[in-house]
Amino acid sequence: MIVYIVLIPLLTALITPILGMFNKKTSFYLALLNAFATFFIVILTIKKVYIYGPEKYWFGGFEPPYGIEYVVDSINAIILFIISLVFIFSVIYSKKSLEEEVENKRLTLMYTMINLYYTGILGITITGDIFNLYVFIEITSLSAYTLIAMGKNKKALMASYNYLILGTIGATFILIGIGYIFMATGSLNMYDIKLRLPAVYSSKMVRTGFAFLTLGLCLKLALFPLHTWLPNAYTYAPSAIGALLAGTGTKVSAYALIRILYSVFTLEFDSKIIPFNFILLILSCVAIISGSFLAISQKNLKKMLAYSSVGQIGYISLGLSIANLNSLQGSIIHIFNHSLMKVSLFFIAGGIFIKYGYENINELKGIGRKMPYTMFFFLLSSMSLVGIPFTSGFISKWYLILGALEQSYYLVIPVIIISSSLSFIYLWRVIEMAYFDKKEDTMHDVKEVPLSMLVPIGFSSLLCVFFGIYPKLPISLAEQAANIILGK
Amino acid sequence: MIEFVIIKYNYWISIVLMMIGMYGMIAKKNLIKKIISMNIFQVSVFLFYISMGKVKGGTAPIYLPDVTLYDNPIPHVLILTAIVVSISTTAVALAIIIMIQKKFGNIEEDKILEIMKKDD
Repeated sequence: MIVYIVLIPLLTALITPILGMFNKKTSFYLALLNAFATFFIVILTIKKVYIYGPEKYWFGGFEPPYGIEYVVDSINAIILFIISLVFIFSVIYSKKSLEEEVENKRLTLMYTMINLYYTGILGITITGDIFNLYVFIEITSLSAYTLIAMGKNKKALMASYNYLILGTIGATFILIGIGYIFMATGSLNMYDIKLRLPAVYSSKMVRTGFAFLTLGLCLKLALFPLHTWLPNAYTYAPSAIGALLAGTGTKVSAYALIRILYSVFTLEFDSKIIPFNFILLILSCVAIISGSFLAISQKNLKKMLAYSSVGQIGYISLGLSIANLNSLQGSIIHIFNHSLMKVSLFFIAGGIFIKYGYENINELKGIGRKMPYTMFFFLLSSMSLVGIPFTSGFISKWYLILGALEQSYYLVIPVIIISSSLSFIYLWRVIEMAYFDKKEDTMHDVKEVPLSMLVPIGFSSLLCVFFGIYPKLPISLAEQAANIILGK
Repeated sequence: MIEFVIIKYNYWISIVLMMIGMYGMIAKKNLIKKIISMNIFQVSVFLFYISMGKVKGGTAPIYLPDVTLYDNPIPHVLILTAIVVSISTTAVALAIIIMIQKKFGNIEEDKILEIMKKDD
């Protein structure tokens, strides 16, 4: 059954342009149908996984080391859940926002690429075959390049081109890494490789392969020194696309990194045989601080949010590098929460851009009185991003700090606190402009965003608060995942 | 040392090609030259994979009654997929370059950056 999770979006992507030739309105409803159908199947699968254990599917009935295998276990169940949830929001939001920002004749092809992108991210999450992972990474990236290039501003083209060059370097590095690991083990199935690798851990081939793989994935993840493609790509893409990419793209790469670090290689290899986890720890701390500083210096609202993403990715990799139960749990919960927060914030930035026509923070004077609902939801999501108690951001930061204390990495705690206060500063600038600036912009007669945009904004930011007050679902899902990663 | 180079010449070729591609992607200002360098970079990896599948004394992996040793066909099949990916990446990149030419009026990176700075 789990094969339908990838098959439905893929078939939708194929049908969309054909039906679009006859009636352009069908493409949106097809995408919506696809989103709900996939979400339904994902929910059923997760339920099965928690009752009966991992679900597997063998392509063509070939047994795992020889054929391609799809697996859903506790680690990717939570990622599947958040991706399919965010995709539903993005599709609902995209109706009005794409109509405003993209030429009408391109809408059908846009929805084709959105469905293809969805196929790619679901494929990365679900596959148990390391070469299949590369193919899905490329499907995701190729559709992301085209989607970004559709932005209204002509800078979108250069952003997309730069992403293409860097993304291809990253993907090619992943390919080389897979080649080395195949040379060392003769296998492409992740679980089979995990069994065969310990015998050859001392070989230089495996170490080189590991270096290439992790470097390529860090490029896709936009970890700090390799983040240069991210801010422009997210800023100049059409609003709905920017939000979808911010909510899912880097999260899926983070998941792929978890798989490579802990399901293909082992914790022992990452932290003892080579000091990768220590390097990742330092890089993450640098990413957290510098991402927040870069965000403060931005004038453009979307760019500020994109740089804040660079910092937040640091939190995810921080949890991975500390690698005990609490920190891994924190990292997975942060993937979940950050997805919701960033999607909602990018939705709001997009809504302001469509209604106002510009997105510089200085120009948003008195917008809180004109768009009361939107800015209220902005307030909720930014509280969650800062990590104020009773919002979801607090939960993940709490677990990360617990994990760091357990391993006695005391330096991590001031890093998290400094970054939280920095994020408070850069989000406060927007809120101050929106609510406390007396001078009103009388030039624009701005009204609230349309309902089809307000609903996804509202749902995603209310969920940020909901999962802060009732965090049982993500915590229990993340705990099982962390236990599997640690091999308990 | 010379022996080390000669015996593993296939790896050296892919290293040299890879570095040429990397250099081109970083140093060239023309967007199409960058894409060509990217292709060289990818081809180096393809050669690496193809030479990896060679077994000493093996023949092509086609069943023959009196042959026992075959080359490993899996890397070759994998690289077929990677070639398809590489072609589609190139196609997307060229399409984007056409759009850039239409909107900016040229495809030299430094001139485009100048235009973008003027707009701010």
